[in-house]
Amino acid sequence: MTDSGKLWISAELAEKIRAHGAETYPHECCGALLGRDGSGDAAEGKPREVLELFPLVNRREDSPRNRFSVSPQDVLKAEKAAEARGLDVIGWYHSHPDHPARPSEYDREYAWPWYSYLIVSVQRGIPREMTSWRLHDDRERYSEETIEIRSETTSRS
Amino acid sequence: MSVKVMIPTPLRPHAGGKAAAEFQARTVAEALGRLTTEFGDLKRHLFTEDGKLRSFVNVYLNGEDIRYLGQENTPTKDGDTINIIPSIAGGKGLSRGAEKQFSG
Repeated sequence: MTDSGKLWISAELAEKIRAHGAETYPHECCGALLGRDGSGDAAEGKPREVLELFPLVNRREDSPRNRFSVSPQDVLKAEKAAEARGLDVIGWYHSHPDHPARPSEYDREYAWPWYSYLIVSVQRGIPREMTSWRLHDDRERYSEETIEIRSETTSRS
Repeated sequence: MSVKVMIPTPLRPHAGGKAAAEFQARTVAEALGRLTTEFGDLKRHLFTEDGKLRSFVNVYLNGEDIRYLGQENTPTKDGDTINIIPSIAGGKGLSRGAEKQFSG
């Protein structure tokens, strides 16, 4: 596993993700991360930053306890919402009920490159560890991003 | 037939940063084939090892899902637009002992 850099998110938004995971427990929650990609190199410039969330409904009605799905129509809604706010869809969040916040083989099989995949572990209804990952270009592994909780949202300029 | 292929955000770094590319193509398959020939890194993200479109890759021709048209054999005409729209999926999967985990 390699270090993919940092992901900035406010304490408020991190708490909203955790709350969403607690709300849908024992089912997986999901949603879009809206924000800015930054300079692409955390060592030299601004990291990728989550500025808003776009909570979604888990479309996996058949297996919501261990799977989540965002339809292409919902992807387009998230992109439209991001565009209206002058932001980009930079990734997706979902929860792992009673399971570690680590990407599974299933996560890897369905992942897209470039996006940040933020996972929150919800243990017996209580949100716990939160991690973020980016699929490596070879699709074989992930790079973990360091989530940096910001006490205030940064300027959008 | 000049066909425009819109490239979704997560794939643009593998397409020279481009949001769109145009190709001469008579079918959707031909357009996607030319896309992955020009930008080879896109191939593994769009197609499985046996050459099929990945299930989470949704392809639309002029706003219509090609699954309801002729799939990849859907003919294209001059001025058509192909959109590649992601589905997003994942989850904890099977029980902890039954599935490989990335331990970080």
